[in-house]
Amino acid sequence: MAAAASMMPNFGQQISSKNDLVPDWTRQEVSTGTTIMAVEYDGGVVIGADSRTTTGAYIANRVTDKLTPIHDRIFCCRSVHPTLTLWADPVCRGAWPHLLCGGFRSGSAADTQAIADVVAYQLGFHSIELDEPPLVETAANLFRASCYRYREELMAGILVAGWDRRKGGQVYCVPIGGMLVRQPVSVGGSGSTYIYGFMDSNYKPGLSKDQCLELTAAALSLAMERDGSSGGVVRLASISEEGVERRVILGNQLPKFSTH
Amino acid sequence: MATLTVSRPPFGGFSFENCRRNAVLEGEANKVGCSLPAARKTGTTICGVVFKDGVVLGADTRATEGMVVADKNCSKIHYISPNIYCCGAGTAADTEMTTQIISSNLELHSLSTGRLPRVATANRMLKQMLFRYQGYIGAALVLGGVDCNGPHLYSIYPHGSTDKLPYVTMEVASLSSDWFLCSSCSGSGSLAAMAVFEDRYKPNMEEEEAKRLVRDAIAAGIFNDLGSGSNIDLCVITKGKVDYIRPHDEANKKGVRTGDYKYKRGTTGVLSKTVLDLEVVEETVQTMDTS
Repeated sequence: MAAAASMMPNFGQQISSKNDLVPDWTRQEVSTGTTIMAVEYDGGVVIGADSRTTTGAYIANRVTDKLTPIHDRIFCCRSVHPTLTLWADPVCRGAWPHLLCGGFRSGSAADTQAIADVVAYQLGFHSIELDEPPLVETAANLFRASCYRYREELMAGILVAGWDRRKGGQVYCVPIGGMLVRQPVSVGGSGSTYIYGFMDSNYKPGLSKDQCLELTAAALSLAMERDGSSGGVVRLASISEEGVERRVILGNQLPKFSTH
Repeated sequence: MATLTVSRPPFGGFSFENCRRNAVLEGEANKVGCSLPAARKTGTTICGVVFKDGVVLGADTRATEGMVVADKNCSKIHYISPNIYCCGAGTAADTEMTTQIISSNLELHSLSTGRLPRVATANRMLKQMLFRYQGYIGAALVLGGVDCNGPHLYSIYPHGSTDKLPYVTMEVASLSSDWFLCSSCSGSGSLAAMAVFEDRYKPNMEEEEAKRLVRDAIAAGIFNDLGSGSNIDLCVITKGKVDYIRPHDEANKKGVRTGDYKYKRGTTGVLSKTVLDLEVVEETVQTMDTS
């Protein structure tokens, strides 16, 4: 063990000489490498996400629900920065673990779950104080406050979407670092990089709810096809004044694009 | 927001007081040429499944210290409350203490509410504690139980994320602590168990079928993973009843030696015999002071 203890390499990937016995993913954090998407339409929003949670190369949960309700008419889609797990500088880590440099941590399901729990509590409390349903902008600002304050420790990208009486359906994007911006349509997660072209060419303002659902399903299928960290089933939800309608599109029912 | 805890109130994160001391000790140990003892981890395969009337939790019983088996029959299914049990993988001390702390807090909470505790409550308490320690508490847990809303099963990872599923398997998660730099954990136990589940799981199974499935899943982990072994423990939780079966299956009984290296008298023939009488030259007696 002395040999193992002294040979402290720089990156987690190379740490063990017993590579065959110790699969890489056992040392990885649980991450939701992801594809998430939200689209506004007149009267509400449509949100969608894939369902894969990975620890390294192993899929820890193939039916994850990344569409988390924050309030009756407000949801958040959780995603994460798709970096590999790197460990902080070994010198730092061995002697002064509390000086772990931020930015070396990979994103994680734990971060996004924890933030969502905190915001759901804060929003619920706020709504009771107001004695009326909260605004989507409020929820988005609560997310932004947490993500910005703890930006060094966290790595989570979140889409906040919902419906309220004042502004109707809204989508707010809170990426890593804690920016807040409202967009009519937004994609996020590791799989989003593969569908920017598709979104640019196929999205038009003024789509109906069904068109939005089709667009979301198609975009997510394309991303899941190409991104290794996204996959499983497609979870969709449409939020409007009437309520929330959720549906699941299983793997074999996804829209197909390639002929082979 | 009032919280009901008997443990010390959370104050600023992990305590790093001993890290400088540890680093010094490590340096000195390396100079002499020996190494520090590895953290005892429960290599481990644990799993759980929801069936018609409740939940079946299963675990192997091997605890390893590096590449040596430290305990051949350790108990990995921990009590949380009369209707909730928790399997623990990862650093043995972390799983033991974490489950004990939450069990204690949950009992107080239950006395305060006057109700049987819910699995979701235990899940919340565990995940919030583990997130607070940012993964430094190496406890990967499978939490299962039956409450007023039916049977529930959660998997909880060391960093504080949880999944609610009908069947889960778990193995040793990442590095236990920063002190022990190298991890020799084997993680394929859960993969073998998950393969069995993915093949044979059906919703709403009967109790016997569920027990057989969990037994086979753990057996797959035991026989295909170096970090798991020995016996299979099961815990069947239904409404109003808990069956803690330890061991359910002694899959690795120690064998009985068939041969013997002792030679019988007469195996070697005697060629000749010489008797030498010992001659007493001097005899002294020395008394011992027994006062």
